[in-house]
Amino acid sequence: MEAFVRHSGLVYPLNRANIDTDQIIPKQFLKRIERKGFGKFLFYNWRYDDDGNLRDDFSLNYPEYQDASVLVAGENFGCGSSREHAPWAIQDYGFRVVIAPSFADIFYSNCFKNGILPVQLKGEEVSQIMDRAEGGECYLSIDLVDQIVFDGTGWSATFEIDEYHKNMLLNGWDEISVTLTYDDAISAFENQQS
Amino acid sequence: MSQPETIIEKIWNKHVVHQEEGKPDLLYIDLHLVHEVTSPQAFEGLRMNSRKVRRPDLTFATMDHNVPTIHRNVIKDAVSKKQMETLEENCEEFGVSLADIHHPDQGIVHIIGPELGLTQPGKTIVCGDSHTSTHGAFGAIAFGIGTSEVEHVLSTQTLWQAPPKTMQVKVNGNLGTGVTAKDLILAIIAKFGVRFGSGYIMEYTGEAIREMSMEERMTVCNMSIEAGARAGLISPDEKTVQFVEGRRHAPKGEEFEKAKKEWLALATDEGAVYDSTVEINADEIEPQVSWGTNPSQCVPVSASVPDPETVTDDEDGVRRALEYMGLEPNQPIESIELQHVFIGSCTNARLADLRKAARMIEGRKVHEGIRAMVVPGSFAVKQEAETEGLDRIFTEAGFEWRSAGCSMCLGMNDDIVPPGEHCASTSNRNFEGRQGNGARTHLVSPEMAAVAAVEGHFVDVRNYTSAAERVI
Ligand code: SF4
Repeated sequence: MEAFVRHSGLVYPLNRANIDTDQIIPKQFLKRIERKGFGKFLFYNWRYDDDGNLRDDFSLNYPEYQDASVLVAGENFGCGSSREHAPWAIQDYGFRVVIAPSFADIFYSNCFKNGILPVQLKGEEVSQIMDRAEGGECYLSIDLVDQIVFDGTGWSATFEIDEYHKNMLLNGWDEISVTLTYDDAISAFENQQS
Repeated sequence: MSQPETIIEKIWNKHVVHQEEGKPDLLYIDLHLVHEVTSPQAFEGLRMNSRKVRRPDLTFATMDHNVPTIHRNVIKDAVSKKQMETLEENCEEFGVSLADIHHPDQGIVHIIGPELGLTQPGKTIVCGDSHTSTHGAFGAIAFGIGTSEVEHVLSTQTLWQAPPKTMQVKVNGNLGTGVTAKDLILAIIAKFGVRFGSGYIMEYTGEAIREMSMEERMTVCNMSIEAGARAGLISPDEKTVQFVEGRRHAPKGEEFEKAKKEWLALATDEGAVYDSTVEINADEIEPQVSWGTNPSQCVPVSASVPDPETVTDDEDGVRRALEYMGLEPNQPIESIELQHVFIGSCTNARLADLRKAARMIEGRKVHEGIRAMVVPGSFAVKQEAETEGLDRIFTEAGFEWRSAGCSMCLGMNDDIVPPGEHCASTSNRNFEGRQGNGARTHLVSPEMAAVAAVEGHFVDVRNYTSAAERVI
């Protein structure tokens, strides 16, 4: 997995709460058996019209957000289905960081397996970013080592993340390889069960 | 005597393989259920790294999301077909048992687990599917995982999981006549919101829960994820034990007697402390109907759709939901005109659900302009229902009688609701586009869906008589 240490990029604000994984990637795209190529289907029903053309009234399609790599959204982001196609689509589209006041548990944990950093900030901090990004170009830097989000104007906010997930992202570890080093403990557990 | 514990702690502690400061627990998984949608990339990962499935004997696969519910052998969609064939190939290659579309055990993964006796009290159960919480009804810790975690479990039979916080959802009193387990869980989510369970494993307790059948308990636990919870469960009792006894994968003879003792001992101890408790009074709950685009947006059938001008919370969200749903502020729920009725899904497509729905419509006809459909949760449910003659009751009333699968719950196959049309659905999610692009879903109980099919709009099922009562 690709490591994540720090990232700077343009913010795309999506000011909605409870964005569910059916919105992030609708079911018709879950039939594919690959991990790649989901980016063009991200937020499909919002981004495209019935004929499959990009809608010009959905903000992600605005020219000013075309290079965005930091997604900022409302609370409970990623609720609903456990589909990992959601982080795959977000990552494949080009986002490296998702910032929200809260995340659904399964989505949150899925992000770490795909080199995406989910950043949980306070509601008011998210609102500040949202206002700025809706008002004009907004760039943020996100540093995982110091657990901080900041911009060029002196604004900053810190965030919590548990050590385990932090190390996994910083090192780009493949979790299975790590777990396989515990093979003896797993076998011992199995022997004692049977 | 040792410290009183909740069932959640008891099961968790029995499954910890490794514990270390600064890390989540390494948790052993007793049962891994697999379906076609969230597994192909996981098997591919194993192949790429020359890994194998550690415990094929604890892994069980079926096909449910994509399967056609008419002419199930004719899969028109080439991509769906490929996904199903991929599961077949993967199961063959890695030695995993599969109930494919030609197999009598096939069905929605959360319906067949309990049916086959794979689901048992005290187990840790995972599946690449958020409604895995259904299995919690048996007193198991059961939760949904992503595809990377599916791969992790296939390869190691474990998962790194932070110990959960525990929550008691205490249901006081009893549900009134005509008020169902579905109404209870919808009312809980309406009251506490779609996030209140986040980070928690919830245990449902109280008189109303104890009174419930296993089928009803499964309906409640199924929607724990809609409250944001990691999992939901119910302490096992005699009903649990009876349900499991005699099923194919259940322990037999002396083994069973031994297991039974262990299962009953899992129940939360008197005096155990939860990290949090919420309470709801069952007797105040009315039949529920969702009006919006998340499951907390529901009200009693006698009520009206909210007005964004007067709500205190998430005004924009309410406005957007009403716009999507094509509803006016303050519009009475009973006035919403329906075009579709779907009875199915892992929430409400067990035999008991179909029986209840059938009782409401026996001798009646589906209202003009309504397309109504029943999709049994498994092939076994379908067969039993047919033996009882339920299929005839449905078809004579004008319902379509289909074969088993997820179907219109998420519309991955051909069963979809067209844009702008309203569907009374016994499923669990009313998200935008869930049942089809632009589809407008209203979540209800099977009884409410059945009577809505007859009337063409929602009515309070409590004012409606079943066939049995009409005869009297
Ligand atoms: S019936 Fe619906 S909710 Fe249940 S597993 Fe299938 S798609 Fe998911």
